[in-house]
Amino acid sequence: MNEKIRVPIHSDKDIVAARQKGRTLALSIGFSETDSTLIATAISELARNIVTYAKKGEVEIRAERNQVHIGILVIAKDKGAGIANIKQALQDGFSTSGSLGLGLPGVKRLVDEFDIVSSKGKGTQVTIRKWKI
Amino acid sequence: MEVPVLKQGPFLIATIQAALTDDDLVHLRRAMVEKVVVSRSLGVIIDVTALDIMDSFASRTLREIAQMIRLRGAETVIVGIQPEVAFAMVQLGITLEGVVTALDLEEGLEYLNHRFKSNA
Repeated sequence: MNEKIRVPIHSDKDIVAARQKGRTLALSIGFSETDSTLIATAISELARNIVTYAKKGEVEIRAERNQVHIGILVIAKDKGAGIANIKQALQDGFSTSGSLGLGLPGVKRLVDEFDIVSSKGKGTQVTIRKWKI
Repeated sequence: MEVPVLKQGPFLIATIQAALTDDDLVHLRRAMVEKVVVSRSLGVIIDVTALDIMDSFASRTLREIAQMIRLRGAETVIVGIQPEVAFAMVQLGITLEGVVTALDLEEGLEYLNHRFKSNA
């Protein structure tokens, strides 16, 4: 299994495309409707962050397998301004754009693994994983 | 993607047909507030059965629609949130607080009928 999908993110239409492709892949490797919806919701939030804060970027989605589990890996990356304070960005209710501020902390709750790398002026990369249990 | 809106007596029913982009949601917000004024409706039902997910932007926009329509003196009911969508919303931290929800269109209409009958 080595499906890998790359969705360039430029506009709000791409947000829908990315989450729908993510859901389709999740369902095809055996995730339940509920978990596939969690994955699609997480992708939607990450893709929107790209559009809102960096204007453009890319979401990569792929199926993963280790000895025990099948999972899905999503990497959302942009070359935007980067996040000045990651700790703050991961707090519920914090937002610099007037949104609800649920994006990143919310995504973290939706998945099993969450990693964020961001440096000022170089962009942001968020990696999430969800395993099929 | 235009969301069709049906007038049924004193109520408006907007039925979302497929996944909506952010622009579609913003357009829906403007259209609903305008339509509720033009049609002098008492209540609005937004059927979200066909929505694939409800992320922070979608729920914020739906909540804004409900609040704007309330300021016009009408009430909004969101119907048809699917079980897996509800599950993801709660995990994400979305509560839709202050917005009336109902299981489906039938229950939503029943709620509005009841509410405006007892007020008459």
